[in-house]
Amino acid sequence: MSVFVLAEVAGGVLALDATAKAVTAAAKLGDVTALVCGPVAAGEEAAKIAGISKVLVCEDAAVADGLAENVAKLIIENASGATHIVAPASTSGKNVLPRVAALLDVMVLTDVIEIVNAETFKRPIYAGNAIQTVASSDSVKVLTVRTAAFEAANAGAAAPVVSVSLSEASALSTHIEHKTLESDRPELTSAKIVVCGGRGVGSENGFALISGLADKLGAAVGASRAAVDLGYAANDLQVGQTGKVVAPDLYIAVGISGAIQHLAGMKDSKVIVAINKDEDAPIFQVADYSLVADLFEALPELTGKL
Amino acid sequence: MKILVPIKRVIDYNVKVRVKSDGTGVDLANVKMSMNPFDENSVEEAIRLKEAGIATEVLVVSIGEKKAVETLRTALAMGADRGILVETEHGVDIEPLAVAKILSKIVAEEAPELLILGKQAIDNDLNATGQMLAALLDWGQATFASGLKIEDGKAIVTREVDSGLQTIAVSLPAIVTTDLRLNEPRYASLPNIMKAKKKPLVEKTATDYGVDTTPRLKVLTTEEPASRTASIRLGSVDELVEKLKETGIV
Repeated sequence: MSVFVLAEVAGGVLALDATAKAVTAAAKLGDVTALVCGPVAAGEEAAKIAGISKVLVCEDAAVADGLAENVAKLIIENASGATHIVAPASTSGKNVLPRVAALLDVMVLTDVIEIVNAETFKRPIYAGNAIQTVASSDSVKVLTVRTAAFEAANAGAAAPVVSVSLSEASALSTHIEHKTLESDRPELTSAKIVVCGGRGVGSENGFALISGLADKLGAAVGASRAAVDLGYAANDLQVGQTGKVVAPDLYIAVGISGAIQHLAGMKDSKVIVAINKDEDAPIFQVADYSLVADLFEALPELTGKL
Repeated sequence: MKILVPIKRVIDYNVKVRVKSDGTGVDLANVKMSMNPFDENSVEEAIRLKEAGIATEVLVVSIGEKKAVETLRTALAMGADRGILVETEHGVDIEPLAVAKILSKIVAEEAPELLILGKQAIDNDLNATGQMLAALLDWGQATFASGLKIEDGKAIVTREVDSGLQTIAVSLPAIVTTDLRLNEPRYASLPNIMKAKKKPLVEKTATDYGVDTTPRLKVLTTEEPASRTASIRLGSVDELVEKLKETGIV
């Protein structure tokens, strides 16, 4: 069996954690070839991930910004013979892989959380309120994997790196700009600790309390959909079914009631702490440690004592 | 410019989903059903483009059981002009690949210049139909849109991506899939609900389009997710600090 993995690249740099987790899932299925759309340096970085036997690197400008038409075409041109095509279930993987699947006339399986065998996979449905076990009868299995559900593959390999090019770039879409929100904090989906604020935080200024605790702990900052919609935090910090799915070692939910769609994005965290003044908040049903308290008093105290 | 908006009837997003104890699926009997939330964003965006004089007609299509007519009427009451129901067997969720194939046939008949779809349906959470349809039509795609403008034969789309916001230009005809922050969908007013009953709505079946909807995926079981251990209530911040230190994480 031969598995083709689309590596995760952001801003010309390999997203090592997401890629290494996808490789762990892929390596259960067979021999792994990884495609890196980015500079050779990113390809060389990927070549160190244990479990990869070959890296293809494409430096073409046409794929540098992840445009789906070009990246999907590049995958089709290079993945012939693959039994499985795998990508992290990131916004780029989710953008590209369904397009690849349709070009191959096969179904796509998204957000896979467990590889049962070469044809059978588990994935969440209904915002994680049910887990489906699905068998595919397609000739090629195309899947995105939820990185939070897999451990990262170790470093230590030295796979060969080969350059590839796209036969002909599509003119259907063009990249205009990319606005990245600069932050010194760890990236949300790979952070060991996440401090997440919700509607209860009350304002953009109130959100500084969340950031303060996060900085003390070296944690990433997250936000509920309500907090994002109210303008307290940027959209790329949203944790939930429609935002990012995280599973850190420690998740601290502050002023978050725990809507179904939010729980779907964090309930696989190893230790969950919830701080909320409403003792009936649904978040307490998934929390390991619950503190019923006014966050404006509890949070400064907690930050001070840690 | 004609805009086609595919919509899906799904379990209402506020309903707590119950998994059947025999593992055959989730219990949909007597459960409130609504338009998929992302599809509401799509309908809203299409109507706004019509109100702005950019679109001339908004056509809504639903592929599903007979009752999806209700969902189409909701979209018509919001302001869409015309509806098509492609009726499928009750209780069978048609896979995105087959949905995309049916939609591609409707696109061939109707020749819309823009399709706006929700980024994912909140039942199967697959997030695939828009991308698959773009591939079948060989059109450009802009997924997870939080901003959309039409300029010089192009859709200028701001996309919500993991690392921030990406803006791309896609030549029309094009596929756009919507994210929640694109707009705030309107409620249908009572007079508009009455008016919607008279708007044209035709009923078809998948076989009318010659599409094989046989599933490629076989669902073996549907289970409850693993539950977590009971929560420990703490009395003070000091207790919390102690527990956090015990975990060894902080």
